[in-house]
Amino acid sequence: MHSTDIARADPAQLIACPQCDAIYRARMPRHGERAVCARCHTVLIAPRKSAGMIIIMLSAASLILVLGAVWFPFLKISRQGFVNEATLLDAALSFTGGPLLLLSLAVTALIVLVPLARAILTIYVLGPLVFDRPAPPGALRLFALAEALRPWSMAEIFALGCAVALVKVADLAHLSFGPAFWMFAALVFLTVIHDRWMCRWSVWEALEHGYGARRTKGAAA
Amino acid sequence: MSGTVTDTPAITARGAGLVACTRCTRVWPAETARCGRCGKALVSRDGHSLSRVWAWWVAGVLCYIPANLYPMLRTQVLFTVSEDTIVEGAIELATHGAPVVALIILIASVAIPMGKFAAIAWLAISVRRGSRAKPHARHRLYEIVEYIGRWSMIDVFVVAILTALVQLNLAASIKPGPAALAFALSVIFTMLSAQAFDPRLIWDRADDDRHDRAARA
Repeated sequence: MHSTDIARADPAQLIACPQCDAIYRARMPRHGERAVCARCHTVLIAPRKSAGMIIIMLSAASLILVLGAVWFPFLKISRQGFVNEATLLDAALSFTGGPLLLLSLAVTALIVLVPLARAILTIYVLGPLVFDRPAPPGALRLFALAEALRPWSMAEIFALGCAVALVKVADLAHLSFGPAFWMFAALVFLTVIHDRWMCRWSVWEALEHGYGARRTKGAAA
Repeated sequence: MSGTVTDTPAITARGAGLVACTRCTRVWPAETARCGRCGKALVSRDGHSLSRVWAWWVAGVLCYIPANLYPMLRTQVLFTVSEDTIVEGAIELATHGAPVVALIILIASVAIPMGKFAAIAWLAISVRRGSRAKPHARHRLYEIVEYIGRWSMIDVFVVAILTALVQLNLAASIKPGPAALAFALSVIFTMLSAQAFDPRLIWDRADDDRHDRAARA
């Protein structure tokens, strides 16, 4: 790859490493391989077979699980005859009064709204592509939004927080998990798989050129 | 692109007279203002990156101080009320036979935030002044800071869960303390600080240092 060569290439054919600015000629890696930045080792392209369909199904499952986790009781506590159950929303909205109300809003966003929004955006953006339809209106901007929300989706951290809370009150009262806890645990698992299957470059290319466009171009190159 | 390690300076978008979108990796001619694909404003190098990093960093450190001085939890069991700061809560857990959980809390609420403050400050200073540390090492540190930052939220979630749950009238009840808000803000500000950092600066600086050394030799 010569510097003059690559500088003369059509910019649309190139891919830049978002971490270190190195540029390469974009080419779909062979089956089971990944394209990695030679300078900083950031994974640039990591396509997987029928990833689109799997991601859609994972998002749909996440959507159902978040809604379920909101309605069903999460943890149950009992001590000296007093019993209390809390749902996810109870936990999120537990900070009341004055400035702590801000915290309630933030926690609700981090554990309910952001995961929900990401699931809906993913289905909206990728759904039509998987079924060989043109990208829906605003798809590029909405996928950008879904990407921006990624670090703010904290469901898995909340799940670990439950385990810590359980131990913390162990000598104070008896605690047990409700159905929503297991739904949330499953959600954490789905989120991890979702992120492993998502090849962002492939999605951007598909949104720009249509699903599979670059795949055939890459095979010809 | 095969993943081989080369020490030759890579061709960068800036070097080739182009500008790259850091969100969708699309490459554009240098004078392009906005990414035609994902709509992100394009800057070859974010000149204001470091001032934003420091602004959020200072906000994060300032919030971290009250987060440790004020109580995180107010626990009432029968007629006794106890207020615990983060560290007091962890010590109590350790003495009540849950040293592993105490350790998780201490790592998530003390070690990680402190380490993050130090790491971000060092990265920001090192891209200004240069550093003998390899860019790979510094880039790895940046990735760790970005990944691990969110996990500090765990203590805030624990307080939220306990507050919602432990409402058993006189038998036991738990209320959040002012430190919960300060701590959550500190975590959010530090995450924003790490996101404001432009990792391309690490690699630019590495190239500059190499040129300096070559010029001196």
